Amino acid sequence: MDFTEEQIERYSRHIILPEVGGKGQAKLLGAKVFALGAGGLGSPALMYLAAAGVGKIGVADADAVDLSNLQRQIIHNNTRIGVPKVESAKQTINELNPDVEVEAINKRLTVDNIREVIRDYDVILDGSDNFPTRFLMNDACFFEKKPLVSGSMFRFDGQVAIFSGHEDDKPCYRCLYPEPPPVGLVPSCQEAGVLGALAGVIGVLQAVEAIKLVLSIGDDLKGHLMIFDALGMSFRKVKVRKDPNCALCGDSATIKELTEYEQATCEFNPADV
Amino acid sequence: MATNPQSQEKGWGLYIKNKTKPVREDINMAVKVRIPTPLRKITGGADEVTANGADVAAVIEDLEANHPGLKERICEDNGSLRKFVNLYLNDEDIRFKEDLKTTLSDGDELSIIPAIAGGK
Repeated sequence: MDFTEEQIERYSRHIILPEVGGKGQAKLLGAKVFALGAGGLGSPALMYLAAAGVGKIGVADADAVDLSNLQRQIIHNNTRIGVPKVESAKQTINELNPDVEVEAINKRLTVDNIREVIRDYDVILDGSDNFPTRFLMNDACFFEKKPLVSGSMFRFDGQVAIFSGHEDDKPCYRCLYPEPPPVGLVPSCQEAGVLGALAGVIGVLQAVEAIKLVLSIGDDLKGHLMIFDALGMSFRKVKVRKDPNCALCGDSATIKELTEYEQATCEFNPADV
Repeated sequence: MATNPQSQEKGWGLYIKNKTKPVREDINMAVKVRIPTPLRKITGGADEVTANGADVAAVIEDLEANHPGLKERICEDNGSLRKFVNLYLNDEDIRFKEDLKTTLSDGDELSIIPAIAGGK
């Protein structure tokens, strides 16, 4: 592709990298990346994907911006309170980089729409805030044969992995965790609290991995789980094996279509904090 | 893994070679156990504790003895690991080793890694 003068200047720090170059930047401009959630993880991930010049970015979120979001959801700001998060995200992205086309989906993804929504994208990011959605997205990505760059966080801990169960020897989320916890047993709501800047660390790692997947460079996190402990300030990388008994991507898989797990209501129990 | 002293003695080499690795039930390995944030209330805030046991199951019992309540957070009533919690021996998931029967060596690091779902 031919770059405009403005693009050559905008992406010059990418283009001079031998691992990226003009060819890699053209790949980014032709790439389609989808992010579930324009929240703590989605905010920094979306901004770096947009800055990198990912040509098409999709984002789905059913919520509106709330004042309590702004401690970490840096794609939004004070003037956007009450605005649908995807609209706020779209505005920030458009202001950051006019090269990026944004598809803003202001609704919850369900069994009925998720596969169709992600079908057109090359790489999927999960920044959702509950287990049922994470299992739903994992299964949808498996059936649609999409790599899933998954990020999650809790208080001071974060996890990042790439699930790609449709590939030989690559695990899916169910290979790591076969089933979600029973409703109410593990706090999955942000009411448990989260260090705002932790969302930046984890969300940006997701963006880094998504960009590497688009560029086909380096070693990716397929088959690994990166664990970040903000209090102890340590990163650890452990192996995630493909489980031959996985109900979704194993040798005798029993899950043949999407299922939706029960959604926990977000109840704040101070005793759990 | 500490070796069985007998295997070092002259004359036992050939015999031992054809046997499975000898396991001494009385050997207690001291391992480091990394505790994730959600379980630190049980360990008095400690992010790492030491536990003893020849295999993972024994270490879990030892953890429970010193930090009551920990076992039920990571194990089902039948003793198997909960499906949203993994135990890693160094960087390897014990489900892909010998699960709860995975034997341990002095200085090993066992990590409890629960599924976490926050994103917003």
